[in-house]
Amino acid sequence: MKIELAPLPYDYTALEPKIGKRTLEIHHDKHHAKYVNVANQMIEGTDMEKDDCATIVMKSHKAGNQGLFNNAAQAWNHDFYWKCMKPGGGGKPTGAIADQINKDFGSYDEFKKQFEVAGNTAFGSGWAWLSWDGSKLVVDKTIGAGNPITDGKKPLLTMDVWEHAYYLDYQNMRATYCTDFLDSLVNWDFVNQNFASAK
Amino acid sequence: MLSLLAAGGAEAFSAFAPSLSAPKSLRLRQESVTMSSNDNPMSRRAAVVVTAGLLGSFLAPKESKAEGAFSLPALPYDYKSLEPYIDEETMKLHHDKHFNAYLTNLNKALEGKPAAKLTDIQKEAIKAGPAIRNNGGGYYNHALFFKEMGPAANSGKPSAALQKAIDASFGSMDKMKEEFNAAAAKRFGSGWAWLGVTPEGKLAITSTPNQDNPLMEGCEGQKMIPVLGLDVWEHAYYLKYQNRRPEYITNWWSVVNWEAVSNNYEKFAAKGIPVEVV
Repeated sequence: MKIELAPLPYDYTALEPKIGKRTLEIHHDKHHAKYVNVANQMIEGTDMEKDDCATIVMKSHKAGNQGLFNNAAQAWNHDFYWKCMKPGGGGKPTGAIADQINKDFGSYDEFKKQFEVAGNTAFGSGWAWLSWDGSKLVVDKTIGAGNPITDGKKPLLTMDVWEHAYYLDYQNMRATYCTDFLDSLVNWDFVNQNFASAK
Repeated sequence: MLSLLAAGGAEAFSAFAPSLSAPKSLRLRQESVTMSSNDNPMSRRAAVVVTAGLLGSFLAPKESKAEGAFSLPALPYDYKSLEPYIDEETMKLHHDKHFNAYLTNLNKALEGKPAAKLTDIQKEAIKAGPAIRNNGGGYYNHALFFKEMGPAANSGKPSAALQKAIDASFGSMDKMKEEFNAAAAKRFGSGWAWLGVTPEGKLAITSTPNQDNPLMEGCEGQKMIPVLGLDVWEHAYYLKYQNRRPEYITNWWSVVNWEAVSNNYEKFAAKGIPVEVV
């Protein structure tokens, strides 16, 4: 089956004033859409034609097919990223993830610090991740289309730090975007769902 | 046209007025924490604009700087001079924020180290580790980039020697641009496209990721001395072009200053010398 471009889980204006309507329109309808289209073109007529996106990511990574990996992984990453946000989100989590954060990081503030560092130090284009590695939570950064599933980890939360994710709203101030993401946008319900599946 | 003397060691800084006017679609955040750990205190005290009438004198108070530290080269033209191809807003951010941050972080990374030529720093940059690789590369690349551009009216054409070299390697200017544009469009994520002289003395095109450049030993792609580079980091074009990178690439040729590029070629690259940008 083809990789799908799912609609945003909310309106294009929903994340204002942190992430603007124009950003979401271009980010979803242009950038994300292109990755989906190109990946679909590339898998046509191959043995991956009927695979789901995650499988294509793994197979292309294993095969060293950088072009397909870049597009399939970016399709996966963006689909995940939209769900990681919600209007009125952010702040301290509750539920199982909150307990695990305290356990593995000591406190939410320490997790926040590490996640922001990951976002701010992913040089160039990349992503910050909170993942489950099988026994504990880990914060990582990846470059380009990189994704922790190729490392055998289970992603729980991601933040896009490619400049296209924040430039219209924040210009060079990536650090402010990272802080706002955590303070105002994170959909901790989605993170808790992912955590429940991962554990 | 804004032009400033940068006599050895002198610096020119220009900073935003807090109430920077912006197009409607652009939301500017209040200046707060940036990635640079050495925030330029000048931008907090006052907005200072250095104007053409003050050649050789600087209103902006200078930070005391360490012996051997690098400086921010002034733009050789006004921020709006590259309109409509590159917008004023982008030029301000690109030069005063992004370029300046690489400079600040490079100087920080070089603290306590013996003074070195910027071109020598490029050669060893990958071995020297991420701080010098990313910021040393960023500083060099942007210094080259801003110097090689200018108002469209002054774009001109390559010198006879450069044109000859282009024709020899590519067949024609159009063919060279085609190959260059493809390299620039194809670069995934952040990086640069380059036209330069290979160790064999021929012009060629390559691209590098992030702030790497072909002067760096161990860099991706063709080893060469770059004479012309195009920044394809999204910050270079996103305000005006958003996802439309190919349009940015095509339009950018209008602001390439062929006199500067020809100079890079004849004075440096064709002689096997890395271009000196500061």
